[in-house]
Amino acid sequence: MKVPEGLYYSKEHEWVRVVDGRAFIGITDYAQESLGEIVFVELPEVGSMLDAGDVLGVVESVKAASDVYAPIAGKVVEVNEALADDPALLNNDPYENWLAVLEITDDSMLEDLMDASGYEAFCAEEE
Amino acid sequence: MHRYIPNTGEQREEMLREIGVSGIEELFADIPGSIRLKRELDLPEALSEMELVRHLKELAGRNISTDEYTCFLGAGAYDHYIPSVVQHLVRRQEFYTAYTPYQPEISQGTLQAIFEYQTMICSLTGMDVSNASMYDGATAVAESAAMACRATGRAGVIVARTVHPQSREVLKTYFRYTGRSITEWGHKDGRLDPGELERLLSDDTAAVIVQNPNFFGLIEDIGGISDMVHNNGSLLIVSCNPISLALLKPPGDLGADIAVGEGQPLGNPLSFGGPYLGFMAAKEKFMRKMPGRIAGETRDRQGRRGYVLTIQTREQHIRREKATSNICSNHALNALAAAVYLSALGKNGLKKVAELCCRKARYAYDGLLKTGAFSPAFPGPFFNEFTVRYHRDIDMLNDSLLEHRIIGGYPLERDYPELKGAWLVAVTEKRTRQEIDNFVERAGSL
Repeated sequence: MKVPEGLYYSKEHEWVRVVDGRAFIGITDYAQESLGEIVFVELPEVGSMLDAGDVLGVVESVKAASDVYAPIAGKVVEVNEALADDPALLNNDPYENWLAVLEITDDSMLEDLMDASGYEAFCAEEE
Repeated sequence: MHRYIPNTGEQREEMLREIGVSGIEELFADIPGSIRLKRELDLPEALSEMELVRHLKELAGRNISTDEYTCFLGAGAYDHYIPSVVQHLVRRQEFYTAYTPYQPEISQGTLQAIFEYQTMICSLTGMDVSNASMYDGATAVAESAAMACRATGRAGVIVARTVHPQSREVLKTYFRYTGRSITEWGHKDGRLDPGELERLLSDDTAAVIVQNPNFFGLIEDIGGISDMVHNNGSLLIVSCNPISLALLKPPGDLGADIAVGEGQPLGNPLSFGGPYLGFMAAKEKFMRKMPGRIAGETRDRQGRRGYVLTIQTREQHIRREKATSNICSNHALNALAAAVYLSALGKNGLKKVAELCCRKARYAYDGLLKTGAFSPAFPGPFFNEFTVRYHRDIDMLNDSLLEHRIIGGYPLERDYPELKGAWLVAVTEKRTRQEIDNFVERAGSL
């Protein structure tokens, strides 16, 4: 299981990469592995405001349809349309293929998330 | 051994021993004495099989059925002829005794039948994707309204009062306690009133629900409201009679986003009200908002054709409270009957049935008016059902017809107090000229 350094991780198995005040959100390797073959991704609307914990989208595999939650609050400024055509990108490289970009409203929310080693320990407990 | 209990006293003793209890008393020890029934159930003595069959036949004999009576009653369920091949195939044990497939891919025949049913529903409605069927026409209407709310993120629906009253009742039940609202939209001369719709549409309107032909039998101008609904960002839901689609433009071509309806006319007997099936089809972009399951065609590892059940991931047994619906099933046997019926008739056969219904209904309508006892209720074209006004008591008229083994029309006043004397009469291809003449003569001479 890959858990890259430098990202923030949530207990719902999302990752956050911060670039110039904007947060790229995706699902972790652990998440894609548990879901299995992903067949559909539902993305949020650009411009919508999300609170931390709001549903950001839905990832559907052959086994289940799971909600993806916003790990932090923010305004959706961009979504990854490529996933609509090729949902399997999430299986191939979950850290390259983000779902949405949020404009961060409150930096301090990142402090509630885990770092790579914290998340790795969390996953080990989940197993 | 008892006829209806599949184990012997000896086997029960063995099971008790196996789980380590001394007897039935100990097995039920957790049930407090205060709530136990301390006497035998107050039931009559059990009947022998022969007595039971006689008793049930006697009860069944008190019903009247369309085998002995001539039926002019429709109002949502119609007395069509069902080719004998339908029952022959539906009653095959491979279909008849199987329950909804929880491990679906093992039941390839069932999935193929559902797949073919879906394909035919799509052709009839002009839609891209159909689900495997719903419980009946009314639940299909209610489910489509909930689906539109999910798809648009809005919470209000506008439903025409010319939609079947029972569909509207079920819709109200579905929306109770959900925070969603229903606005009823009146009619003008029995048909949709676009002017009123314009005033009712709001930012919160998820969908507008209409029926075609409507509950009064009239054919609506669906195309005429489609733009107005879509310009408001709302979805257009059309509930329709599937047989009428052999003649009328399909809802998909008229701008409908979701097409639903009661599937009973397709090869399912009246059966005193059910079980029937609801059909639901939609444009592709709403596929994942659709309740229920869809059978899909695919290839296996060796390239052979096979069938799978898809979109189950959105159903309740997997998605729990986030499911698209609390319905996790379909009416497979009724949908199978619909598919066999449509295959048996073919495109031309279905068209012929629809034409016969339409012509015979017109013949009966003209005949009734000619008697002088009836007058037209609404202007406008109709399909297999029409409304006339009777100037005397409708219940007396129906009672008197029943004495002559004729099941008369539906009194609209039951659901529309303002339509006193309005009589909804259905005529299917089954009615002969002689039956219609007899009906007209009896009805006109009371």
